[in-house]
Amino acid sequence: MSLTFLILSILLIVGATAAMTLKNLVHCALCLAGVFAIFGLIFIYQNAEFIGLIQILVYVGAVAVLILFAIMLVKGDKFGETSPFINSWKLGVFVSFLLFLVILICVLTSKLPQPTEGVGYISAKVIGRELMTKYVLPLEVVGLLLTAALIGGVFLALKKENTLTNKKIKNE
Amino acid sequence: MNELTGYIVLSGIIFSIGFAGVLLRKNAIIMLAGIELMLAAANLNFITFWRANWQGDDITGAIFVLFTIAVAAAEAAVGFALVLAIFRHYKSSEAQDYNSLKG
Repeated sequence: MSLTFLILSILLIVGATAAMTLKNLVHCALCLAGVFAIFGLIFIYQNAEFIGLIQILVYVGAVAVLILFAIMLVKGDKFGETSPFINSWKLGVFVSFLLFLVILICVLTSKLPQPTEGVGYISAKVIGRELMTKYVLPLEVVGLLLTAALIGGVFLALKKENTLTNKKIKNE
Repeated sequence: MNELTGYIVLSGIIFSIGFAGVLLRKNAIIMLAGIELMLAAANLNFITFWRANWQGDDITGAIFVLFTIAVAAAEAAVGFALVLAIFRHYKSSEAQDYNSLKG
């Protein structure tokens, strides 16, 4: 265990706990952005620079900002008055701890492969070549999925009063 | 104790925290954020195993992470749009108030 990994993992665990427990939703979203950035740092630390940068770009730049916008659009009157947790939170904590124990036991009892020596390095060039040759079909499918998801998202979030079909119905 | 074990246990801890967030929080947005956290923890496993079994030009694990990130972004876009649409109807962002999606 190197010191870098220890520091990063402690930051990650503290940030994730804060993101899931804080009462103020905006603080939650900011902690989440920090957690995603630390994930990117861990990827970079594991010699996957390109993946780490993409992680920071997409998660911190897009998903965390999306969460922030959603929180600001959705803030209700009840904000901050009641407890942020469900009433049977003890059971929930127990179940998640049980899940963690199962994962821990599985990891500790399984025979993990010894990491190969030498530097595993991944360059953007290799990724680009593989994406355009071996993985070109999955790439296209993911592009289609993203387009469909974004159109669906815009359609769902649209105010229904202003859509064309509703106006037609009202006029008739 | 393997070098791998640290990363996988860390990933398990983050996954459990995200799971606890989905189970415990009332707010639907934070529940979706917990799902994002679980997906990111799974990505960490992919990168770790890809790095551990480094063989020349084989980058399947890293490519898989790229696709997971794309799918997670799509999921987030649709999820938050759904929460917004339901919020307009119920005037609440707490998942326990959503007992019907009709009308």
